[in-house]
Amino acid sequence: MLEIKEIHKYYNQGTINEMCLFSGFSLSIKDRQFVSVVGSNGSGKTSLLNIICGSIPLDSGHIYIGGKDITSMPEFKRQKRIGRVFQNPAMGTCPNMTILENMALADNKGKPFNLLPGTNRQRIPYYKDLLHSLGLGLEEKLQVKVGSLSGGQRQAMALLMSTMTPIEFLILDEHTAALDPKTAEVIMELTDQIVKEKQLTTIMVTHNLRYAVEYGDRLVMMHQGKAVIDVEGEEKASLQVEDILDKFNEISIECGN
Amino acid sequence: MSIILGFLEEGLVYAIMALGVYITYKILDFPDLSVDGTFPLGGAVGVTLILAGVNPVLTLFAAFLAGAAAGCATGFIHVKLKVRDLLSGIIVMTALYSVNLRITGKSNVPIFNCQTIFENDFLASLIPESVSSFTVLIILVIIVAIVKILLDLYLKTRSGYLLQAVGDNESLVTALAKDKGLVKIIGLALANGLAALAGAVYCQKNGNFAIEMGTGTMVIGLANVIIGTKLFQKVGILKSTTAVIIGSIIYRGCVSLAISLGMKASDLKLITAALLLVILVISNGKEKKVKVHA
Repeated sequence: MLEIKEIHKYYNQGTINEMCLFSGFSLSIKDRQFVSVVGSNGSGKTSLLNIICGSIPLDSGHIYIGGKDITSMPEFKRQKRIGRVFQNPAMGTCPNMTILENMALADNKGKPFNLLPGTNRQRIPYYKDLLHSLGLGLEEKLQVKVGSLSGGQRQAMALLMSTMTPIEFLILDEHTAALDPKTAEVIMELTDQIVKEKQLTTIMVTHNLRYAVEYGDRLVMMHQGKAVIDVEGEEKASLQVEDILDKFNEISIECGN
Repeated sequence: MSIILGFLEEGLVYAIMALGVYITYKILDFPDLSVDGTFPLGGAVGVTLILAGVNPVLTLFAAFLAGAAAGCATGFIHVKLKVRDLLSGIIVMTALYSVNLRITGKSNVPIFNCQTIFENDFLASLIPESVSSFTVLIILVIIVAIVKILLDLYLKTRSGYLLQAVGDNESLVTALAKDKGLVKIIGLALANGLAALAGAVYCQKNGNFAIEMGTGTMVIGLANVIIGTKLFQKVGILKSTTAVIIGSIIYRGCVSLAISLGMKASDLKLITAALLLVILVISNGKEKKVKVHA
């Protein structure tokens, strides 16, 4: 159970540009729930993810995982239980290291980074299997530097790497936004498959309303730091793109977009 | 002959330091000016210990540790106190000037009659008279080879992977649940340890310590690294560490060529600066061309 309780977040506090993002926002996410989060620009979606991961500090409020308060835990410590994929494919991989080295890095998450060999040769068949499951032929290019791969290939690797070791939460920050429609589709299907296989609690921010409706078992629409739609279960399953599109347009007109 | 021997020896000494600069500049992407202070720090520690009668080989380890401690200080200032990278280096470099003088007590310390790694009873009994002029070169080759192999091995370890990752993509290191700040501190410690080791070797080779020996170390190291990596980046088989070592020797060759063409030793820093500028401009031009074609 991930609980966000009464959080407050202001940007540029004390200046003329002061902006209140969250004012007493609360949200709780059950274990193994797959939540799609949609909303207009500046509605606080990405900030919400950053707050959960600890990338930006809170002004007040608390975050609990399984009842344990993690509000003051530094970002890197929280990542032990969290896998995260960013919008920018470059964020999830090391461009100047080879595919094999990247896979080995990800595989070592949670283990001490000591003077043992960085790549465990016995794990190579396993890495190849994983890469083969992407269907991109990357298993044949283990010695190629990741920087020379395409955005879609890098994002697929980033997804694989972030979910390779046992984690509880998967945080997806518009992870298909920078990809072409075909690749986005492939990555989205892969995501769903991994989430189901590993039974991860997932929060996916997306601008693609169809993905939000199609995938996951809960949908939250954010607007000005509040959840204006929050449906799950049966209600979510019967939801159509048109239903949320109306609400979305309403919000957008309100904002003058 | 003695000119060639001279620049080979100098090049190898500076190669040790350049391997350190390679860690900070190329791997960590951190412009670390503290090497200007840690290079003479290694010299100061080494010379003082030699005068106290410590085994010259042991003094090298002591110098490395002293440099590593100074590197940790730079890292701490940058990571924990959140001072900008360049300024953290300058602060430590400036502080070390006084520290170095404190260690030696004076700005110039000769160790001509002491046992060093290049001149001792053991070597005198081992090496025949006919090849004695190559003794220094042989020992330097051994030291540089050891340092290079150890560094290569380290970069292949888990910790070494993390070091490369932090320079490549910091957010991935955080995603691996590792403190990127700590990794940077380790990298800076290693780099400055190597710079100090080079300083200690330099003093033992020249038979004295001089406080101003550190001035421009960073720029020399940078020149060595850039010459090496730019010249040999097309040659895939050559490891970057090897390229840096060859770069150091080429750089020394250029300097001694400039001097033999009539420039004074006092013009050395000017030559260094001009050479570095030329290399940077040339390599910039190359990168632009590639981008246009891509």
